[in-house]
Amino acid sequence: MTEASASPITPAIRWQRVTINKIEKRTPTVTSFFFTPSAPFSFRAGQHVEVRLTAPDGYRAQRAYSIASAPEDPGKIELAIEKLETGEVSPFFHEVAQVGDEIELRGPIGGHFVWQAEDGGPVLLAGAGSGVAPLMSMIRHHANRNSEAPMLLLLSARTWEDVIFRDELLALDAKKGSFRLVLTITREAQRRAGDYGRRVDTPMIAEVLTRMRSPLKRAFVCGSNPFVTVASEALVGAGVAPGSIRTERYGQ
Amino acid sequence: MTATRGFTGKPREKSEAERLPPGQALTTDFPVLSAGPTPKVDLAKWSFTLKHGPRPVAKWNWDEFNRLPQSKLTRDIHCVTTWSKFNTGWQGVMIDDILAAAGIEAPTQFTLAHSFDGYSTNVPTADLVGGKAMIATLYEGRPIEPDHGGPARLLVPHLYFWKSAKWINVLQFTEHDTAGFWEERGYHMYGDPWREQRYSGD
Repeated sequence: MTEASASPITPAIRWQRVTINKIEKRTPTVTSFFFTPSAPFSFRAGQHVEVRLTAPDGYRAQRAYSIASAPEDPGKIELAIEKLETGEVSPFFHEVAQVGDEIELRGPIGGHFVWQAEDGGPVLLAGAGSGVAPLMSMIRHHANRNSEAPMLLLLSARTWEDVIFRDELLALDAKKGSFRLVLTITREAQRRAGDYGRRVDTPMIAEVLTRMRSPLKRAFVCGSNPFVTVASEALVGAGVAPGSIRTERYGQ
Repeated sequence: MTATRGFTGKPREKSEAERLPPGQALTTDFPVLSAGPTPKVDLAKWSFTLKHGPRPVAKWNWDEFNRLPQSKLTRDIHCVTTWSKFNTGWQGVMIDDILAAAGIEAPTQFTLAHSFDGYSTNVPTADLVGGKAMIATLYEGRPIEPDHGGPARLLVPHLYFWKSAKWINVLQFTEHDTAGFWEERGYHMYGDPWREQRYSGD
C-alpha cells in the first residue's frame, strides 16, 4: 500500500468495555440488554456493533448486533438478542449474563443501512422477527425528532407474543402522526384492522405501498435471508427504484 | 481483556481451531450479506470487462467467458460478519488466465472489482494473480445462485469474503489503492482474516 492509502478512511473502531446495566425480556425468545459504554459513543440509527466474549483459554467469539435504541440516548445501547439454540453467544446472554457484567463491544459499524431525520421520507421499513432492531432505532429517532417524514413499519412475527417492542410500536401508531405500523402475524390470525395474517408476499407489499405517498425516498429491509429476498424483490416488482432499497440480512 | 465471567464457548477441536481465523465461528450454512436487492443479471446481456483506469482492455460475453480455461478451487472462506465455511468448491476462470486471454500482464499494483449493482471493492493485484483468485461461475458444481453472487463472482478466498465481489462485471486496474464501496464505509482496505483486518484501523 502507498503512504496515502494506508491512512484510515474512517476512524479506527476500537474495542471498549461496557457494562450491562439493564436486562429486559421482550418476547419469549428475545431479551434486550442495555449497555453503558466506558468511552464516548455516538451512532446513527440503523448502525450495528460487535460484541466479543473471551473464554478462560483465550478463545474469543464475536457477533454483530444492530442497535435498537435511539441515537439520542448513546449512554444506553440496547441490543435485542434472540436466543438461538445452536449459538454460543446468544445462550451466554440468555442464560449467564447478569446486570453488572462486563463484556467488550465496539462500533458503531456500517454507514449504509442508516436513516437520519434529515434524510426525510417517505420511508418504508420492512422487518421480520429480530430484524426489527435497527428499524426500531430509526423509529425512535423519528419520534424523538418529531419528524414529519411519513414512515411505515411492516413487521412480520410468528405470533402476537413474538412482536418485539409491541406495546411501544402500538402506542406510536395510536398517535396517528407521521408513523404507521402494519403487523403481519404468520402463525395466528391478525388482531387489528389493516394488519395481515400471513408471510410477507408480493401482493402485501404492493398493498402496503398504496398506503404511502410515492415515490419512496428509502426502503429499509431487515430480517432472515428469505424474508429480505421476498420483500426486496416485491418492492422492485412494485416499481420502487432498486437503488433506494437498503437491505440487512441476518445470517445464521 | 480478562475472560468474560461464565463464558466458555462451544467445545473446540484442535484441527478446527487451527483452520479458523481469530474471532470466526464455523458454519455449515451459507449466509448472505449484501447491501441491496439481489440484481437480476440476464446472461444474454452479461459481460465482463477488464479495464486499465478508465480504458477497456478486453471484454467477454457469457459464451466467450465460459470458453476460457476452467479451473477448480476448494477453499475455506471467511466472512467479516464472523462466520467461516470450510472446503467450499468453486469453478471458474483464474485471473491469471483472464490476463493471458487478454494478452496483457497486470498493468498496475491495485484493482477495483465492480459489480452489476454498482458496488465495488478494492484488492491488490498481487492477491489476484499467481493462482490465488478466480472469477467463479460454479459453486459445488452448479451455477452460483443469484443471492451468492451468480452468475459470476470474484473469488479471493484468502481475504474476508466481501472482497470476493458478487455479480462482478468489471475488474479495473488502478494506479493507487482506491477504496471501494464497503471500504469507504469503514471496512478494511486489505481484509486479512488471519490478522483480523475487519474494519479501518484493525
